[in-house]
Amino acid sequence: MSIWEYANPLKFMGWTAPLVPVLSVLAAAALMLGLIWGYFFTPDDYRMGATVKIIYIHVPSAMMAINAWAMMLVASLIWLVRRHHVSALAAKAAAPVGMIMTVIALVTGAIWGQPMWGTWWAWDPRLTSFLILFLFYLGYMAMWAAIENPDTAADLTSVLCLVGSVFAILSRYAVNFWNQGLHQGASLSLDAEENVADVFWFPLLVVIAGFVLLFLALVLVRTRTEIRARRLHAIALRERMG
Amino acid sequence: MSRLLIRDLVLAVRAGGGFGLGLAFFLIVVVLVPFGVGPEAALLSRIAPGILWIGALLASLLSLDRIFQLDFEDGSLDLLATAPIPMEGVVAVKALAHWLTTGLPLVLAAPVLGILLNLPQPGYGWLVLSLAVGTPALSMIGAFGAALTVGLKRGGLLLSLLVLPLYVPTLIYGTEVARRGAAGLELATPLALLAGITLASVALLPFAASAALRVNLR
Repeated sequence: MSIWEYANPLKFMGWTAPLVPVLSVLAAAALMLGLIWGYFFTPDDYRMGATVKIIYIHVPSAMMAINAWAMMLVASLIWLVRRHHVSALAAKAAAPVGMIMTVIALVTGAIWGQPMWGTWWAWDPRLTSFLILFLFYLGYMAMWAAIENPDTAADLTSVLCLVGSVFAILSRYAVNFWNQGLHQGASLSLDAEENVADVFWFPLLVVIAGFVLLFLALVLVRTRTEIRARRLHAIALRERMG
Repeated sequence: MSRLLIRDLVLAVRAGGGFGLGLAFFLIVVVLVPFGVGPEAALLSRIAPGILWIGALLASLLSLDRIFQLDFEDGSLDLLATAPIPMEGVVAVKALAHWLTTGLPLVLAAPVLGILLNLPQPGYGWLVLSLAVGTPALSMIGAFGAALTVGLKRGGLLLSLLVLPLYVPTLIYGTEVARRGAAGLELATPLALLAGITLASVALLPFAASAALRVNLR
């Protein structure tokens, strides 16, 4: 019994069926707990006032935007190496979710930036690299949409995802070189000198967990939909033949 | 492989418009910019390196679909795939042919257009150098994009959507070299990084591109 057996579409449908509602409920609970805690039971920041509360949406969505791409990268690799169809479909399913997370991060960032920096948008390295990440998501999804044969599409998008990852990382450091930033550095990592205060940090952790669970639930639902669509397509083909 | 290079070059020169068209496009982009931003000399000389780089990028983008499309349609790509030379070599040669027919003319024409845009005196050499170092990466990345979209009926727009984000690092370092050169600043770092991107693209992307081509030929 190896781990790959769970990637068999039939088994995958079997073990994810009970998982989806569990994940959804957990995600909703974590999001509600974290957001209510964050919005109503934490103090305003002494410099930023109430606008600091955007952090509870902004930071988790930004993290998920990057992690969704990382997950697509792993899924693409698995597809290229082991050719598990579920893996390719999971990568396909994760792309729109990741793209929406990127949009949420950009929009909440703009809403936060307006009162704090006095501008909706600045050509700051972090902002710019997120915009570029958004473009990568667009290209990836357009590639899936453009190719009819599902296996060809899976192969080509996987190659695109691998090369795109390298260039996304390159761009991330290139824009650093290109312009100085307004955006603050990392303030959540455990080794950072200046960190977010604990009052904000604990509810934020809960919301991050909620976003991770939400992402997993959405990707599972979308993957299951893709598998069903694939089956329907097969049935339709068979009926036309018979 | 040298035969293939010569064949591609001859085709590009003789089969109407491939060769001069990119150059003409480059000229038109550069001519249009002053209409858009105004003829003020100080402003133009400040943005000249960026405009020339963007013009070069767009000109090389426009001719990308020629790299594989025609050979894919008439079946010569299948023959090349079964030929005794490796697919990676075919991709590299075709990217080289693309660079020789679009990138190199742009590099040579850039100083002339720099005069139009009032590029500062010390910038010319660095502009040419940055384009000479950077445009091979544009051709190679473009060849990868073209290999991905070769099987599609209307791949042109998708090709731009895929390739332009990949051009970002090259563009950043390329304009940085040209800009610092024009301003007389130290530029070894961006030049080294630009050269690094070009070398890495030339070394690695043929493998990715030929993987994509094999999928499309399947």
